[in-house]
Amino acid sequence: MSDVVLLLITGLGLGALYFLVAAGLSLIWGLMRVLNFAHGAFFTVGAYAGWTASTALPSASPWLSWSISLVAGIAAGGVFATLTEVVLIRPLYARPVGQVLVTVGVSLCALALVEGTYGNDPKQILLPDALTGTTTILGAAITNARLLVIFAAALVLVLLLLFLSRTRYGLIVRAGVENRAMVEALGIDVQRAFTLVFAIGGMAAGLGGVLAGAYYGTIDPSRGTSMLIFAFIVTVIGGLGSIGGSAVAAVLVGVLQQFLNFYAAAGVGDFAVVALLAVVLLVRPGGIAGSAPT
Amino acid sequence: MSEAERPPVLRTAGLGLRIGAVPIVDDVSLAVREGEFLVVIGPNGAGKTTLFNLLSGLTPATSGSVTFAGRDVTRAAPYQRARLGLGRTFQTSSIFAGLSTRENARIAAQAHLGGSADVLRSASAARVPLERAEAALETVGLAHRAEVPAGALSHGEKRKLDLALVLCTEPRVVLLDEPTAGMAVEDIPELVAVIQRIHRDGHATVLMVEHRMDLVMGLADRMAVMHHGTLLAVDTPDRIVANETVQSAYLGDPL
Amino acid sequence: MRGRTLLIAAAVLALLVALPWIGVPIPGLFERSLDAPGTLNVLALCFVFGTLALSYDLLFGYVGLLSFGHALYFANGAYVFAIALTRWHVGLPAALALTALAAFLLPLALGAICLRMRDIPFAMVTLAFAEAGSILVMQNPLGLTGGEEGLALSADALPAALVGVPNTHNLYWIALALLIVAYAVARRAVDSPAGHVWQAIRENERRVAVLGLNPYGFKLGAFVLSAMIAAAAGVVYVLLQGGANPQITTSGFTLALLVMVVLGGVGTLWGAVLGGIVYEYLDFRLVALANAPVLQAFPAVVRIPLSEPLFLLGLLFIVLVLFVPGGFGGLVRRRAPAAP
Repeated sequence: MSDVVLLLITGLGLGALYFLVAAGLSLIWGLMRVLNFAHGAFFTVGAYAGWTASTALPSASPWLSWSISLVAGIAAGGVFATLTEVVLIRPLYARPVGQVLVTVGVSLCALALVEGTYGNDPKQILLPDALTGTTTILGAAITNARLLVIFAAALVLVLLLLFLSRTRYGLIVRAGVENRAMVEALGIDVQRAFTLVFAIGGMAAGLGGVLAGAYYGTIDPSRGTSMLIFAFIVTVIGGLGSIGGSAVAAVLVGVLQQFLNFYAAAGVGDFAVVALLAVVLLVRPGGIAGSAPT
Repeated sequence: MSEAERPPVLRTAGLGLRIGAVPIVDDVSLAVREGEFLVVIGPNGAGKTTLFNLLSGLTPATSGSVTFAGRDVTRAAPYQRARLGLGRTFQTSSIFAGLSTRENARIAAQAHLGGSADVLRSASAARVPLERAEAALETVGLAHRAEVPAGALSHGEKRKLDLALVLCTEPRVVLLDEPTAGMAVEDIPELVAVIQRIHRDGHATVLMVEHRMDLVMGLADRMAVMHHGTLLAVDTPDRIVANETVQSAYLGDPL
Repeated sequence: MRGRTLLIAAAVLALLVALPWIGVPIPGLFERSLDAPGTLNVLALCFVFGTLALSYDLLFGYVGLLSFGHALYFANGAYVFAIALTRWHVGLPAALALTALAAFLLPLALGAICLRMRDIPFAMVTLAFAEAGSILVMQNPLGLTGGEEGLALSADALPAALVGVPNTHNLYWIALALLIVAYAVARRAVDSPAGHVWQAIRENERRVAVLGLNPYGFKLGAFVLSAMIAAAAGVVYVLLQGGANPQITTSGFTLALLVMVVLGGVGTLWGAVLGGIVYEYLDFRLVALANAPVLQAFPAVVRIPLSEPLFLLGLLFIVLVLFVPGGFGGLVRRRAPAAP
């Protein structure tokens, strides 16, 4: 029993990280039809910005230090994403493939710079004692950091849903995902919504980067790439453009992966996730939330 | 055999498309006779293009059936319907912009004649499709533009190439979605002449969406009127013009 | 014009074939003379990547299919060949036959699923499958792939003429032959009726369908052909490197391929070949730049970016995408519009 609870919560935590990356990817795809390969780089840059901030500003309180890294990660992800959209994606609106290619270039450059600056070896993350401690749930000792990751992702999900349903820009984004041509025809400035979606997606990914540091205890330059790939899978399974679908798919993927990696063999879970993707595509090409193929 | 007794080559029964709860095309039952020229009219948003998409299979129907050349093709893919002899054009020119005008027509001819899947020979080695393509370009008056990339043709020329591709595949039934849309008035007679050739010399049954009533009256054997996704009336042009329901649909429902 | 192009091609070819006998040093371009095994090895690798880029261009440039999983099919050829030789000891002919079979079946099965999607969803799904392949190789199932360590070929599994530094010129010729044959096959395919349908699909898939051709079948055919050429390149890669390594399974490797093709110009074949060759050469030379003593004198802000080949290549890539959409090939064509 305690194994099951442990795996379930670890899987939920992993799903939470996937969701933080997938949410932005899905919105960016839904609104702009851009496959953003740089999203993994937003995650990585967020993680390293957090680490740099907390080591450069040593503070007496570990909580304060970690909070600084959280803010720095979110800010770095957001700024990086906004710059990417404004400087590189915007000039290429007439060339959708060019947009994808440019994000590939951004991803290559950013990763190379991170590797050059920080090296390939993992960096330890210093966490407040409260986060490295454990809480016992139904007989399973769960690291508090993992619970925090789940809580943070749930909060982001709620905030995103509120943003989409309650704010003017949220409504524009949602309408744009449904029918971009119509929104443009109504004379609404979709441009600003594009930038906003990138900024939000980048902030979520940056937050994901810092939280992944808490979840794993270390950060390294290559994690962003594997996060990105699983986040892609999550967005396709969840239905491209749907935040709710992404959340459901993220949990499904994270939990499935953990259980199979534990009960079958390491790697089987990762493999099964790809198989799940293939099955979903064969049975329901639009993903969980979609009805028609895109 | 009189017109009315000829068996229908294309028939729909209760054909419909719903997106969510919204009916886009609703319960359309239409029988198109072999060899006739049927013009589909109706206000914008009446569902004419969607009907064509349902007929050609680009959009799967959510209700009803389509029978073509004696077969139920409701579930058939677009390419399967095309192979049975159902050709079509689109509201906006739909050509292969990066390829030469001749190559556009050659691909269409080869699609019809067979041998498209050959990877071993050179495409220019097969004479028959090439001759068919040249002849089709000659017919639409584009022979002198054969070398030009199709994307560089003028708007009117692209519309002609659209028809040349249809010519190359010798369809039994052809769906023409506003073939004169956006064309300069002086170019229209030439295009209409090509359409008539497809109809008479090619013995093709033609379904055409068209807004210009002056044009339609001289061409159509029958007219079908669509309104809010439903089929309002199907009749000869004279009787359609006199039909009160049709008049109120157009006049009482400003565009 | 056409005659002159052929003449130039023949001259370049003759020069490349004769290269192992030409002992001239080209300072600046190569550290050693042209006939040195080190130089020949670099050139042979360049040819392998030229072939791989060519196979990718077949898919992306001619059919318009943006795959993010092409590395999988290169790795497919490399690993099946290496495993058949070193783990199963089946001998060279049987290993080649097995590799050919796998090179055909894997893309057929995966392509059949991936091609149910279009455009970007297609790209994502190819990426997911390639990632599964990468995970598989890393997990070292049944001790077959060697996991992170990679899989070294045992020398006794191969004919003596293909082993050892003094025989590098033989491998060089094999790589050159690979490139020439692959180019001829791809050229024939894109000029064939099916090849023209591929280009029509790239331009307007819907119209192809209403003309009576099934785009799915044509796309699958191109997918398999392209993957088979990639697998052949994988086999020669294994011979050159003396084994397979997991780096060739990663998504980063596919992205590098994309950079090669865009570098050289999409949809020309020879542009992609050039892109692959230039990329591999730059990658090799930029590593040398990273270790150059002169670089150590610069402050970190300058030194770090300059010492990361991937950063420089990525930057070059972004600049090309933004300002030179046609790549090198496009530059040449713009200057001489009559060129084929």
